Amino acid sequence: MRRYSAFAVAREALRYNKGWGRAWRAPQPKKHYDVVIVGAGGHGLATAYYLGKNFGITNVAILEKGWLGGGNTGRNTTIIRSNYLQDPSAAIYEKARGLYETMSQDLNMNVMFSPRGVMMLAQTQHEIRGFQRTAQANAFQGVKTEFISAQRVKQLVPIMNVDGPRYPVLGALWQERAGTARHDAVAWAYARACSDMGMDIIQKCEVTAVNQSGGQVTGVETTRGAISCKKLAILVAGNSGDLARMAGFRLPMESVALQALVSEPIKPCLDVVVMANTVHGYISQSDKGEFVIGGGTDMYNNYTQRGSFHHIEETVRALVETFPMISRMKMMRQWGGIVDVTGDRSPIISKTPLGNCFINGGWGTGGFKSIPGSGWGMAELVAKGEHGPLTAEFGLDRFNEGRFIDESVAAGVAH
Amino acid sequence: MLIFECPYCGVKAEETELHAGGEAHLTRHGAGASDDDLKSYLFMRKNPKGVHFERWQHANGCGKWFHAARCTMTLEVFGTYSAQTFEPPAELVKKIKKKRPDWEGWT
Ligand SMILES: Cc1cc2nc3c(=O)[nH]c(=O)nc-3n(C[C@H](O)[C@H](O)[C@H](O)COP(=O)(O)OP(=O)(O)OC[C@H]3O[C@@H](n4cnc5c(N)ncnc54)[C@H](O)[C@@H]3O)c2cc1C
Ligand SMILES: [Zn+2]
Repeated sequence: MRRYSAFAVAREALRYNKGWGRAWRAPQPKKHYDVVIVGAGGHGLATAYYLGKNFGITNVAILEKGWLGGGNTGRNTTIIRSNYLQDPSAAIYEKARGLYETMSQDLNMNVMFSPRGVMMLAQTQHEIRGFQRTAQANAFQGVKTEFISAQRVKQLVPIMNVDGPRYPVLGALWQERAGTARHDAVAWAYARACSDMGMDIIQKCEVTAVNQSGGQVTGVETTRGAISCKKLAILVAGNSGDLARMAGFRLPMESVALQALVSEPIKPCLDVVVMANTVHGYISQSDKGEFVIGGGTDMYNNYTQRGSFHHIEETVRALVETFPMISRMKMMRQWGGIVDVTGDRSPIISKTPLGNCFINGGWGTGGFKSIPGSGWGMAELVAKGEHGPLTAEFGLDRFNEGRFIDESVAAGVAH
Repeated sequence: MLIFECPYCGVKAEETELHAGGEAHLTRHGAGASDDDLKSYLFMRKNPKGVHFERWQHANGCGKWFHAARCTMTLEVFGTYSAQTFEPPAELVKKIKKKRPDWEGWT
């Protein structure tokens, strides 16, 4: 792999950028792999990367029905934070946030991680109590967050109207080291590193059946032929239910649409991420100057990658009160992704009824931020066949035992 | 925008008039049930790609809950029917089967 560096940029500038080459190979699928990973989103690619890096397993294929990063990873609004309420969540999201800090160096590609700070507005008394509780929990978990006043909010975000008539801003939960990253770059950086380790990323290759015998997976059928494997890892987000159906089990999960939109680009005026859970909207400004805006999910099962119009309206309406300048801005693009929502709003990283088959999904509206931590833990589960401490609480068995990781009250809005 | 005809008041309601209630015809379990049964009832869902039977409430209308059959791949609504039943009406199942020959049928 050709290393990216300032020197390389200068060298290529002198020869009309003709020497860059492909970032990853486009191989033909082999007949057999040690590990087959379904889904080349951030989670599938990160799992592959840490399988190679931490466990030396490189005879790996990552099968993707579309193009890599074209699922939710390439559709999300890129908020990265770790101010969750429950201990297992704080641990895995904080691990991920930490890995984001060094990702550009580790993967030798600029993922534009920008720890610009994330604030979650408290606009009701209930939210004040909730966020103070979270800040307290975070202190015990070693995650640095604080509850800040409305004055401090106004200082950090001068364009905000903190005295809104309907829901004035009463304070905020503030995580200074949270932020955003470039979503495509995260997928591309992992893909490039995986390809460099000799792994095969096979795009336009849809898994259509899971072959099994005696309670073990033997391989998969795909649109590019049958592929056998020693272990199978499923990381397909909104399509988890469909893969589970192929493998013959059910999941505590439903697929719904989540949408986002971006405005026309304007001059820099918002240098933190703002989330408003009560009114259901969140906003940040991209490096290009666009406002990146998101809100809540639709309520009904959906696989179409588009959502309902009234949700867009609701999201923008919610933000206009807090950011009056939005009312005069044009919105340029809007899109949807299919997110996999579980009963307790926490992910599933688990063994399955099939011995050598593992699943990672249910990240729902908030799994971009967790990509490196999830891949780190999932790689351990796949390599050893047993959970490490990072993922032990996220098994499917928690739904049998009532051992939920309840984040539905802590995370009121999609993010 | 989804449009359902409420089987009670006959109004053709669009989705902002309605509240979605998730998968229909779940087998309900209560106190004394096994862990597995309780888990199935509370959390496990079919979440199919394709034909889905589900509950909707005519929230900003007559207020009643009803059932609907809808395709999660195209968002086509096949029909609505009363909530006072354990399974979808036979004609509706037949109608869907005709439109979707590959559909495994009501189970
Ligand atoms: C609008 C929106 C905004 C969001 N905002 C945020 C945010 O601000 N912060 C945050 O942390 N998270 C956010 N999320 C959530 C986040 O995007 C996801 O949790 C995360 O990207 C999931 O990554 P993944 O790798 O699991 O899934 P994906 O990126 O969806 O990858 C799964 C891949 O599997 C492939 N696949 C599916 N079925 C098959 C098959 N049969 N065969 C082969 N391949 C298959 C798909 O094509 C897809 O590429 C948002 C999501 C959306 C939709
Ligand atoms: Zn009605």
